[in-house]
Amino acid sequence: MELYRAHVLVCAGAGCISSGCQAVKSALEESIDRLGLKREVKVVETGCMGPCDLGPVIVVYPEGVFYRQLKPADAVEIAEEHLLKGRVVERLLYKAPENGKTAVTSDQIDFFKKQTRIALRNTGIINPESVEEYIARDGYRALGKVLTTMTPQEVIECIKKSGLRGRGGAGFPTGLKWEFSAKAPGKPRYVVCNADEGDPGAFMDRSILEGDPHSVLEAMAICGYAIGSNQGYVYVRAEYPLAVQRLSLAIEKAREYGLLGENIFGTGFSFDVEIRVGAGAFVCGEETALLASIEGRRGEPRPRPPFPAQEGLWGKPTVINNVETWANIPPIILKGPEWFASIGTEKSKGTKVFALAGKVNNTGLVEVPMGTTLREIIFDIGGGIPGGKQFKAAQTGGPSGGCIPARYLDVPVDYESLTRLGAIMGSGGLIIMDEDTCMVDLARFFLEFVQDESCGKCSPCRIGTKRMLEIVERITRGEGRDGDIELLEELGHGIKSSALCGLGQTAPNPVLSTIRHFRDEYEAHIYHKKCPAGVCRALMVYAIDEEKCNGCGRCALVCPAGAVYGEKKKPHRIDLEKCLRCGTCMEKCKFGAIYTI
Amino acid sequence: MKSLAELDKLREKLQEEMRLREGKEDVKVVVTMGTCGIASGAREVLTAILEEISKRGLKGVTVTQTGCAGLCHCEPLVEVERPGRDKVTYGHVDEKKAREIVVSHLVNGQIIKEWTIK
Repeated sequence: MELYRAHVLVCAGAGCISSGCQAVKSALEESIDRLGLKREVKVVETGCMGPCDLGPVIVVYPEGVFYRQLKPADAVEIAEEHLLKGRVVERLLYKAPENGKTAVTSDQIDFFKKQTRIALRNTGIINPESVEEYIARDGYRALGKVLTTMTPQEVIECIKKSGLRGRGGAGFPTGLKWEFSAKAPGKPRYVVCNADEGDPGAFMDRSILEGDPHSVLEAMAICGYAIGSNQGYVYVRAEYPLAVQRLSLAIEKAREYGLLGENIFGTGFSFDVEIRVGAGAFVCGEETALLASIEGRRGEPRPRPPFPAQEGLWGKPTVINNVETWANIPPIILKGPEWFASIGTEKSKGTKVFALAGKVNNTGLVEVPMGTTLREIIFDIGGGIPGGKQFKAAQTGGPSGGCIPARYLDVPVDYESLTRLGAIMGSGGLIIMDEDTCMVDLARFFLEFVQDESCGKCSPCRIGTKRMLEIVERITRGEGRDGDIELLEELGHGIKSSALCGLGQTAPNPVLSTIRHFRDEYEAHIYHKKCPAGVCRALMVYAIDEEKCNGCGRCALVCPAGAVYGEKKKPHRIDLEKCLRCGTCMEKCKFGAIYTI
Repeated sequence: MKSLAELDKLREKLQEEMRLREGKEDVKVVVTMGTCGIASGAREVLTAILEEISKRGLKGVTVTQTGCAGLCHCEPLVEVERPGRDKVTYGHVDEKKAREIVVSHLVNGQIIKEWTIK
């Protein structure tokens, strides 16, 4: 064991890696070496700390000073000033965008202050490649407690009592799922971790695997004990190479310490975990398709029942939970089900991790108690909408989810309330949209996505979503017809009730929910041939403000269709017959003279 | 890992290393490291303190540094802060004195009065 006077935590989540944290880390290490501080200061790479838009970020302990948006040269300055001379580098501290107030430590920042971290308790604090740091934070103690002091039935009761529900989307009670498997006939039984996170904009599962992989392994072993299984599989997509790498290392380290493998804690219980890498098909996040893929078959769903808890992997009882669900298990065991059940709402217990994305100031990962309102998440933690724009809607649950308009900002977020609004909790992707988002175009985007990802096994999904996409595309082109909205609704409800799996059954949701909350936008497209948000290009009419135009001719020069005409130094005009509606003229005009109608 | 007791033993040992990140109320040993402090040997003092604490397996001590305290003629300075008690400042500390401060003050709770400055 080495004692240091300072720990420098460098966020090495995928977000910070792409904004250049490795170069910052090297610069930091070189400087520490050069200044002779190697014996005093330890540099630690951690998983995602959450505020991805501020990356690369580092935190210096024991003070907990939070530095953001660093370049390698900044790291050198931090080493010379802070680490050598003990002077905090003011310039690199976080400043709140709303009032310019400087925060020294992360607990002075609203983004962190208002969170409750259970699933993310270790991400961003420990080195994910060190099992020792996980153990220091009570890691594997829950497994030890379960194996030495609890019966399998007691473990299941504990999880049932906690009220934990699946964090992958549907929200099925986790303890109940375990009980079904434990009682199902057939052996061997299996434990599976669903890490096939596919919703556009969602990345909490990746961050947990990258930042705290042992929490998932420990939880899977606990479940193994509870249901009588000795083998676990983590199904993770190949697009998450860092998660695969850190998870593999974690499995290796856990085996070295005897925390996975034969005779764990000398109790005679054996459990091991293997990784299965998926090729990145969205449908493989559906549990039956996922199981097929693990078995080496084509990733296609099958009808349920029988549910995997009864007949799962190779026809044997199998518990499948998603990454975030697993990450909640060890704290429930250690702190007790009552503690967990005291957080959240009546029917939704604990916390939920959201991946904040889109038109919001603080994009990144946040974990809040169930029942927190959207307003708190978006405005208090997320820092509001950039550029003084108006909040329009939040999209939850990705392609299976729906939109929540501004008038429901104060609804407490839990499984039931979102379902009532026609959205779903989903895995936790939360995409924020401002006034510049066209809801018809948004529905088109998600339809295109599910069309692309539909496995094609059942016709409602394969053909139905295609027809829906064609209609929505037509509307965005300005060729919408009377009756289109009703047709979309009819098709949508038909697909929902007849598709084979979760993907198809939820695929119409983005269309249905945008029609429900933003029907007027559909009508504007169809009947008035207008896109109120100014997104659908085919519906835009460009015009030149003759007062503002000084006739510089720049627009005429860049127009690919030769649609802009006019004499030099005199106001120009646009020939709408020729105009392609590409918007280049508007982009290039220095005087703001070109506008859309 | 043969037993839960073994895990607990290992955890206790490892927790010490992680203490820095917990923000707990600790005994704080502060070495002033302005230019004056470093020039008169504060770096060696700090290393000696870290080594001594590590060697003795002392728990709950945070070692940190600060800038010049304005008493340049007394450098290197070492301050010991215990939660709820007055700060004790030692002056003219060298490596040997530093090790003794750890033993006497941190381990045995005896302030070495003759080295303190008012």
